[in-house]
Amino acid sequence: MKRNTLLTIGALTVFALMLTFADATLGRFTIRILNLSAIYIILALSLNLLNGFTGLFSLGHAGFMAVGAYVSALLTMTPAQKEMNFFLQPIVPFLRTVQLPFIIAIIIAGLCAALVAVVIGVPALRLRDDYLAIATLGFAEIIRVLITNAQSLTNGAQGLKGIPKYSTTWVVWGAATIAVLFMLALVRSSYGRTMKAVRDDEIAAEAMGVNVFKVKSTSFVISSFMAGIGGALLGHMISTIDPKMFTLVLTFNILLIVVLGGNGSITGSVIAAFMVTVLMEALRFLDMPMDFLFIKTDGLPGLRMVIFSILLMIVVLYRQRGLMGNKEFSWDLVFGLFRRKHSAQKGGRS
Amino acid sequence: MIKTEAVSMRFGGLTAVSDLNVTIEKNEIVGLIGPNGAGKTTAFNTITGVYKPTEGRIIFKGIDITGIKPHRITSLGIARTFQNIRLWKDMNVLENVLVACHLRMNVGVFSSTLHLPHYLKREKKSREFAMTLLDSVGLADQAQEPSTSLPYGKQRRLEIVRALATEPSLLLLDEPAAGMNPQESMELMDFIVKIRDQYDLTILLIEHHMQVVMGVCSRMYVLDYGVTIAHGTPQQIRNDPKVIEAYLGVD
Repeated sequence: MKRNTLLTIGALTVFALMLTFADATLGRFTIRILNLSAIYIILALSLNLLNGFTGLFSLGHAGFMAVGAYVSALLTMTPAQKEMNFFLQPIVPFLRTVQLPFIIAIIIAGLCAALVAVVIGVPALRLRDDYLAIATLGFAEIIRVLITNAQSLTNGAQGLKGIPKYSTTWVVWGAATIAVLFMLALVRSSYGRTMKAVRDDEIAAEAMGVNVFKVKSTSFVISSFMAGIGGALLGHMISTIDPKMFTLVLTFNILLIVVLGGNGSITGSVIAAFMVTVLMEALRFLDMPMDFLFIKTDGLPGLRMVIFSILLMIVVLYRQRGLMGNKEFSWDLVFGLFRRKHSAQKGGRS
Repeated sequence: MIKTEAVSMRFGGLTAVSDLNVTIEKNEIVGLIGPNGAGKTTAFNTITGVYKPTEGRIIFKGIDITGIKPHRITSLGIARTFQNIRLWKDMNVLENVLVACHLRMNVGVFSSTLHLPHYLKREKKSREFAMTLLDSVGLADQAQEPSTSLPYGKQRRLEIVRALATEPSLLLLDEPAAGMNPQESMELMDFIVKIRDQYDLTILLIEHHMQVVMGVCSRMYVLDYGVTIAHGTPQQIRNDPKVIEAYLGVD
C-alpha cells in the first residue's frame, strides 16, 4: 500500500516536471494539442460516467458543453469586447457590464450546464437505451438552436470572438487532474457502486433499495457539470465559439474516445483522449493533397475521420470492450505484469 | 406482518392474479405454489412494487404499501431474490453485497465521493457486515471473485445474502431451489430455517420443489390461473383434490 502511494506521488511529480518542461520548450502548436487532450480527458470522463459507469447512453454532450462555453465566455469578456461582438443587436443589459474572475465564471458555467441537465433529465431519464440517446440528442440540438436564435444573449450565428485565453497548460491539466481524482473517488465509493449496479441490472438494483431514478439523475447532472466545465475551457482555449462548433460531431469525437478507451475505465478514457487528440493532428496530412509518385490526389477533407471510423469499427468487431475493458491502471497490475515477464524469461532460459 | 387484501393484477385482458388474500404472521415460513404461469411471480412483483396492483391493497406492518416504488418498499423491510438470478455481473461477490448495504448506510453522493469521516466509518461497518454475511454461507473465501464465476448453487446463496444485506424483516424467495440437486436442496432447507431464526425473519417462498416446500413451510397457498385454489398446512394441501387436479389433471 505504502509503496503504491509513494509511486503515485512520484509519478505525479515527474508528470508535473515534464509539463513544466513542455510548457517552457515546446512550440505553441504542440502545447495547444497537449492542452486540448487535457480538455478531452475531462469531456471523455464525464461521458464515461454516464455511458460506462451508469449505463445511460446519452448523445447530448455537445449541448451541455455549449451551455458551459457560452456562460463562461459571457461572464469573462470585457464590456468593450462584448460591444464589438454584438453589432447586430445590443447585448441584454444585465450581461453588458458583468465581468467575473475566471475561476468563478467557470464554476457558474458548470452549474448552468448542471441546471439544464436537471430540466432535461427529469423527462428524459424515464427513457432507456437508444430512446434516451435520441432524446438527449434532440435536447442538444434544441440547445444549439436556442443559442443560434437568442441574438441579444449569445450573438446568434456570429458567435463570440475574443474570449480571454485563460486555458493555460496549468489550468487545463490541473482541471484534468482534479477530474481524474474526482472520478476515481466517485466510482470507488458506495455511491459509485450503486451506479454500476444500475448499469448491470436495473431491476435488481431497485429491488435492493437503490433509488434508480435518483442515481441516474445524479450521474446525469455531475456529467453535465463536467461537460460544462470542459466546454468552457475549450472556449477559453480557442477564444472563439459559435453554435456550429457544438454539433453531434463533437459528441461523436468524445464518444469515440470513451469507446476506444473502454466503457467504464478511467484509465482507458485518459489514454484514449490523449491518443485520439494527437492522432487527430498527426493524421492531418491525409486531408492534404497527396503525391504518391504516380497517383496524385487533391486534398480529401475528412479522410482522417475515415481512419477513426475504421479504428472504431475494428474495436467494435475485435475488442468490444475497448483498450482497457473496464479495468483500471494500478501499480500492482504493473508489477504483476513485470513479474510474469520476468518469470517467463527465467523459464525460457532454463 | 403482511396482508394482501383482494389484490388483483390485470394486464389488458389477462388476469394474472385475482383476488389474492395472503396473510403472514411474524416468523412464519409460508409457501406459494402452483403450476407454471399461475401468477406466483406476479404476486411477488405486486408485493415488491414492481407492479401496481389493479385492485386491492397490500398492508405491511400496518402501512399501506400499495403502489409504492420498489426501493421504498425495500427500505421498509421487504427484500427479495429472483427466479432467474440477477446478480450484478461486472462486480465481485463482496461488491454485490455492499451495494445492498448502501440502503442502510445513509450516505449521499458528496459524502461518499469526498470520503468524509462518517462515510468511511459506515463503509467499514458495511464491509464487516457483508463479510459476516458471506462467512455465514461459506462465501467469504470467494469475496473478491467475480460473481458470475460462482457455481449455480452459490450464486443463489449470494442472492439471498444480498437480500439479507438490506436488513429486511420479510424475505421473499422466488424459487430458491431451482436448478439444485437433492443434496443442495436439503442444505437450502436448513439454511432457510437457519436465517429465519438468526435474523428474525418472516419468509414467503415460491417453489416447485415439493420436498422443499413441504419441508420448511408451516402453511402454503396454492395458485392456479391467478386464483387461490387452496390454502392450509402441507398436510391439508397434499390431500386437497383441487390441488391434485391442478397439478396432475383429472379425467
